[in-house]
Amino acid sequence: MEITSREFWTEFHGIILGAVYLLAFTGGFVSLWDFRSDWITGAAVKKAATRLIAWTWTMAIIAWLTVLVGTYIVYPWYRAKPPAGTVGSALAQYPKYSLLASPKTADWHEFGMEWKEHVAWLVPILATSVALLVTKHYRLIASDRFLRKSILTLYLFAFVAASIAGVFGAFINKAAPLR
Amino acid sequence: MQSQLASDETSVSQRLANGPVWAGVLAAGIGCAALGTLVDLSEASKSISKALNFYTPTGDLSGKTILAVLVWIVAWAVLHARWKNRDVHSPKLVLTVTLVLILLAMVAVFPPFFEIFAAK
Repeated sequence: MEITSREFWTEFHGIILGAVYLLAFTGGFVSLWDFRSDWITGAAVKKAATRLIAWTWTMAIIAWLTVLVGTYIVYPWYRAKPPAGTVGSALAQYPKYSLLASPKTADWHEFGMEWKEHVAWLVPILATSVALLVTKHYRLIASDRFLRKSILTLYLFAFVAASIAGVFGAFINKAAPLR
Repeated sequence: MQSQLASDETSVSQRLANGPVWAGVLAAGIGCAALGTLVDLSEASKSISKALNFYTPTGDLSGKTILAVLVWIVAWAVLHARWKNRDVHSPKLVLTVTLVLILLAMVAVFPPFFEIFAAK
């Protein structure tokens, strides 16, 4: 039962952070959905706000950790250029070039990775915006239905972008695993 | 747009002004659109792509994302400074503009779209 450093960071990036992200999104979404001053009043608003702030900040921090680990630790291994003359099974150490070597797998890089690496960066912007807004303005958000739904929309966009990145990450790592 | 969207701070009573929240919402859209624009620009021009290569192991992804995050923070700071004591009269317009910016960003980072601009 061995795991290489590359495998560890790839699993940390995709599975561990991904799982916590999903949990935080669910918690934040339900908290924000129910965060209405006509449903919760008085001291309960403060309690519900504390939960909402905790979930949304968890999601924002996880989003930052995921993109930073992905961009600055995993991605350089993925895109590393092989020495000239590297072919066959030796290319397996260079996932990008391994995928591009065959027309059957090239789209995993040219479409999947190219989309994933960019769309993922929308997530920390959107998730952090939501976390900061609910932290600073939760009373207004609780009392203004349109504003709450607008914040929920940003939150959903963060989830959609993260889902695209996560699904393609899983498929790409299946097609050309980092070892 | 400034005068259309926000009232003078004098008209905002003791209740909470909604300007700061909508400033944050719009800034999120601007940050996303900045990323989309940088992705398309670096695809269209090899010199821009090279200039955005802030960290070689990661390539131009480093510059695109660092600059987009900076644009988002600066946009938020500027909008917050302008709307902090004001009420936004047209939140629907702000939300619409924000959603259009986010959707444009999602299109701009979609490979079949940005490959249209690919530098030969």
